[in-house]
Amino acid sequence: MREKSDRIFYHVDWITVSIYLLLMAMGWMNIYSAVYDAKSDIFDLQRQESKQLLFAVISVMLAFVILVIDASFFTATAYILYGAIILLNIAVVFLGTEIRGSHSWFKIGGFSLQPAEFAKWATLLALAKFLSSINRPDSRKTLLTTMGIILLPMVIIMGLQSETGVALIFIAFIIVLYREGIVPGWLLLFGLLSATAFILGIKYPGTIIETDKSVDPAKVSYHFGLKSFLIWTSILLAFGLLRLLLIRRTAKQIILTFVVIGFFSGLFLAAPVALEKLPVHQTGRIKCWLGLPVPRAISDRYDYNTKQSMIAIGSGDWLGKGYLQGTQTKFRFVPEQETDFIFCTVGEEWGLAGTSLVVILYLILIMRLIIMSERQRSDFTRIYGYGVASVFFVHLIVNVGMTIGLLPVIGIPLPFFSYGGSSLISFTILLLIFVKLDSQRLLILR
Amino acid sequence: MNPGIRQYILLGLTLLVVVLYISRLFYIQVVDDKYKLDAHNQAFLYQTDYPPRGVIYDRNGKLLVFNQVAYDLMVVPRDLKDCDTAGICGILNISKEEFLKRLAKLSGSVETARGDYRSHIFESQMLPELNARIQERLYKFNGFYVQARTVRKYPMTIAAHLMGYIGEVDERITSEDPYYKSGDYIGKSGIEKGYEDYLRGKKGVQIKMRDVHNNIKGSFKDGKYDTAAVPGLSLISTLDAELQQYGELLMTNKIGGIAAIEPATGEILALVTSPTYDPNLLVGRDFPKNYSLLVQDTLGKPLFNRALQAFYPPGSTFKLMNALIGLQEGVLSTSTYYPCAQGYPPGGGKPKCHPHPSPLALTGAIATSCNSYFSYVYRSIIDNRNYKGDHVAGYNAWRNYVLSFGVGTRVGTDLPFDAKGIVPSAAYYDKIFGKNGWRSNTVTGVGLGIGQGELSITPLQMCNIICAIANRGYYIVPHIIRTIGSDSSLAKYQQKHYTKVTSPHHYESVIEGMANVVTGGTARVARIEGIEVCGKTGTAQNPHGEDHSVFVCFAPRVNPKICVAILVENAGYGSAWAAPIASLMMEKYLTRKINRPELEQRMVEGDLLHRHPQMQNLQPKHP
Repeated sequence: MREKSDRIFYHVDWITVSIYLLLMAMGWMNIYSAVYDAKSDIFDLQRQESKQLLFAVISVMLAFVILVIDASFFTATAYILYGAIILLNIAVVFLGTEIRGSHSWFKIGGFSLQPAEFAKWATLLALAKFLSSINRPDSRKTLLTTMGIILLPMVIIMGLQSETGVALIFIAFIIVLYREGIVPGWLLLFGLLSATAFILGIKYPGTIIETDKSVDPAKVSYHFGLKSFLIWTSILLAFGLLRLLLIRRTAKQIILTFVVIGFFSGLFLAAPVALEKLPVHQTGRIKCWLGLPVPRAISDRYDYNTKQSMIAIGSGDWLGKGYLQGTQTKFRFVPEQETDFIFCTVGEEWGLAGTSLVVILYLILIMRLIIMSERQRSDFTRIYGYGVASVFFVHLIVNVGMTIGLLPVIGIPLPFFSYGGSSLISFTILLLIFVKLDSQRLLILR
Repeated sequence: MNPGIRQYILLGLTLLVVVLYISRLFYIQVVDDKYKLDAHNQAFLYQTDYPPRGVIYDRNGKLLVFNQVAYDLMVVPRDLKDCDTAGICGILNISKEEFLKRLAKLSGSVETARGDYRSHIFESQMLPELNARIQERLYKFNGFYVQARTVRKYPMTIAAHLMGYIGEVDERITSEDPYYKSGDYIGKSGIEKGYEDYLRGKKGVQIKMRDVHNNIKGSFKDGKYDTAAVPGLSLISTLDAELQQYGELLMTNKIGGIAAIEPATGEILALVTSPTYDPNLLVGRDFPKNYSLLVQDTLGKPLFNRALQAFYPPGSTFKLMNALIGLQEGVLSTSTYYPCAQGYPPGGGKPKCHPHPSPLALTGAIATSCNSYFSYVYRSIIDNRNYKGDHVAGYNAWRNYVLSFGVGTRVGTDLPFDAKGIVPSAAYYDKIFGKNGWRSNTVTGVGLGIGQGELSITPLQMCNIICAIANRGYYIVPHIIRTIGSDSSLAKYQQKHYTKVTSPHHYESVIEGMANVVTGGTARVARIEGIEVCGKTGTAQNPHGEDHSVFVCFAPRVNPKICVAILVENAGYGSAWAAPIASLMMEKYLTRKINRPELEQRMVEGDLLHRHPQMQNLQPKHP
C-alpha cells in the first residue's frame, strides 16, 4: 500500500481531473475571446489573457504539489491553515489596497491576491476536521461550534471587507451540514420556504411603503396592503387546515400549525420593510431582479447588467456566433464580461451548445464529487468532498442564474471560467485537496 | 433520516437545477428572438445609401421632373448626451419644449428616448443653406448627423396630377413591404406611384459594427454584405409637355378635364385637370402645410384628378356609341330616318330636342345631335327582334358593346386610381323597377340613348372611345409612360383591344357624321384650316347646375394623330367652351402654332369659376 501511494497519480480520479483541466482550458479560451482585440498577445503580461494563462500554469503546478503531499498533511494542519487564512483575511483589511471601496486585495507587483477566496477551502478543512472528530453530531455544542467555524470568515469577509458575494458562498456549507445530519431536512426546507416567503412578500407586498419626497425624503410611511396580505394568509390557512386534516390533531400540532402560519404572515409583512433597511445597492439589486420600480440610477446599473447579459447570451441561438465573433461581448456592451459575466461570452459565441456543455460538465463534476464523497471510509474526506461539491454547486447556480436573469446580480465568479488568479488558484486547491484525499481513501484519515 | 437518501436528494437537486437552467437557456437563446434583435440593433449600424430617384422626360425629351439635393437632420436619441441643444434649437428656430416634444414623438416618450438607439428624421429636407449652418457646428451636436437625400423638382410646373407626389411611407407600408423603412419616401399618386418600383432604384446599405460607446468598429465581415445603391430608372413619358401646358392654360378659371391621346399608340399626349396646382408645392418641408391648404379647398378640389377619376355623364357624345352599336346590331343603317318633334315622340316629347329639320338620316342626326333620333336608335337596340322581345337580353347586348370600349370597367392605364365609371347593369334596373318592371322606353326615357341617365364616364374613357372610333375598331390601352430605363417595348401597350363593333364601314358612317358636326353641324367653331376634324358635341345635364360642356374629336380624319375629349363643368353648350378648347389643343399639337389668336384669347380669359356666388373665393390656380 505504502509504496504504491508514493506514486503521484496512484488512485487519482481521472474523471474529476479531466473535467477540471477541460473547464480550465475552456475558461481560458473564453477569457481570451472576452478581452480579445487587435493588441492581443499571450506573452504580454499586462494583458488579462496572458495573466490568466500564467495563473493556469501556476494552478497546474500547484495541483502537482498537492498530489505529491501526503493527504494526512491536510487533516493534520486543517486548523492551522484555517487560522492562518483567517489572520490573512483580517490583515488584508488593514494592509490591503483599496479597490472599488473594499479592502480585500493584496497588491504584489502587477498582481492582486484576494485572501477571501482562500477562506473557502480553509474553512472547509476546519469544518471537516471538526465534524469528523466529534461523537455527538446532534448536540447543541456541535451546532454552535460548527456555526462558529462557518460564520467567523463570513463576518470578516462581509463585515470588514465588504465582499458580500464571496461571503454568501459560505451558506453552501449548509448542504454539508444537512448531509451530516447536523441540520435536519425540515429546517432546510423551512429556510427555503422562509426565503421564498420573503421574496414573495417583497414582490407582492403586504406592507406598502411610501416616501413623500416633497416633505422629507428620509421619512417613509407604511400602509397596510390588505388585499395582498389576505391572499397570503388565506393560502397559508388553507395549507394549515389541510395539514390538520391529514394528521392527528393534538393540541400541540394545532398550536404549531398556527405558529407557523403566524410566522409566515409576519414574514410577508416584514419583508418590504426589511428590504428598505438593507443598504441601498442591495435593495436595488433585489428590486431590479423582481422587476419592481427602482430609481433610474439603480436600474441603470443593475438592470443594465442583467439586460446586456441576457442580450449577449440570448443572441447566441443554437450554435453561437463563432469563436471571437461575439459582438455584444467584443464591443463591451456586457460589463465585467471577463470576470463575473464570462458566461455571456460562452453563450454568445458558442450558443446553446456551448452553454449546455458547460452546465452539463459542472453537473457531471458535482455529481462525481458527491458519488466520490459517498465512497469514503474517512468522515473527513466525505465531509470535505461534500463541501467541495456544495461550493461548486452554489457558484454555478448563483453565477449562471445571474447571467440568465433568474437571480439578482451577485458578484461571484464562475469557477475556472472567470478571470482572476485568486479564484482560479483557490478553486484548484479546493478541488485537488479532495482528489488527493480521495486517492488515499483506503487509508482512514482523521 | 437515512444518509443514503440525503445523497440522492442532493443529486436530484443538482440535476433539477441544471435541467431548469438549460431550459431557461434554451428559451432565451433559441426560442425568444427578442435578444437577437436587441443584440443586432445595439451592435450593428445600417447606413443606408439612398439612390437618386429616376427622372422623367416628356415625349420630346423635355425634363418633367428631376432631383434636387436636400438634407435630412437625423437624430439618435440615445447619443444626445452633452448635445448643444440650445444651439440646434437656435438654428432650427424651435423652442426647447418643441425640441423635447419632437424627441418624445420620435421615441415614444422622453423616457424611452434615453435608450433609443434608432435613427430618426428630426428635421426633414433641409435646403443647402440650413444644412451648411448645421454642418458648421455639427461637432457640438452629439447624436445628430446629416443625411443627404433628394427632393423632386418640377421645372415646368405642369401636370401635377399626372406626376403625383412622393411622401414618407406610413406604417401600413413598412409592415407590408420590408423594402421600406420608416422615413423612406414612396410615390403616393400619379406616375410617382404607378412607377414607384422603377423610379425608386435600390437602396444600398453599409453594415457597420459599433461598440457600447457608439464608436464605429469597422464594417461587418469587411463589407461582405454591403450593397451599393442603384439609381432609379429614368422614364420617358408619352406626355407632350407643351400640349399639356397649353391645355392647362386654356382651362384657366374653368373646372373640368381634358384627355388627349394618340390613337394609333394609346399614348396619352395630355391629361389636363382643372383646377390644378404647382407640383412643387408638394415637395420638401412645406408638403404638410401646402397639402392641407389644397385639401381645404373643398370647392375646387385641386387634388382631385378629374380627367382620370371624375364621373361625368357623357351627354350627346355618347350618341356615337349608340350609332355604332345600332349599325353593328343591324337595327340601324345610314338610311334610317326618324322623326323629331323637338322631342322624342314615343316618350311624350322627352327627351327634348332643339329645332332642326326633320326627319333626319344618321349623318344628319349626328351633325345636329338629334335627341329624338338616338332615342329611337337606342330603343331599337334594346327591343332588337333578334332577342325575341327580351329587352333584358337587348340591354345586356348593348351593355357588352359599351364595355368593349373600355367604359364601365378599368381600362388598364398605368396611372393609379383610374376610375371605372358606371354603365348600369340590367340587375340595377331590376332592383329599381322590379324584375320585368322596366322596358326599353324606361331606360330610353332616362336618357341612356343620349348619354344621360345613370351613365358615368371619365374624360379619359371618353377619349378612349374616340380612339377606338379613330382607329376604326380598336384601342390601345392609354398609357403615360413609353420607356422605362432603356426598355421601350412595353408589351402591354402593343396589344390592340378590338371592340365588339367590328365592321370598319360602321365607323366610317359615324365618322362621316362627325365630320359633318364640324363642317356644318353643332361644332363649326372647331374647324381648323387645312385639317379635317371629326367631332361631336355634348351638353350634359347634371344635378349640380348648368350643363357640362362636352366635346370629343379627332384629327385628321384619315390617319388620325390625336383624339381629344374634354368636359368643362357647368359651362353650357358643348360648342361654347369644350369644342373651341379641344380644337385649339388639336391645332397646337398638329401645327405647333395657333392661327386663331382671338379664339385662344377668349378661351384663356374665359372665367367660368366666378360666375357662381359660392365660387367667388375660389383660387383658380394655387400659388
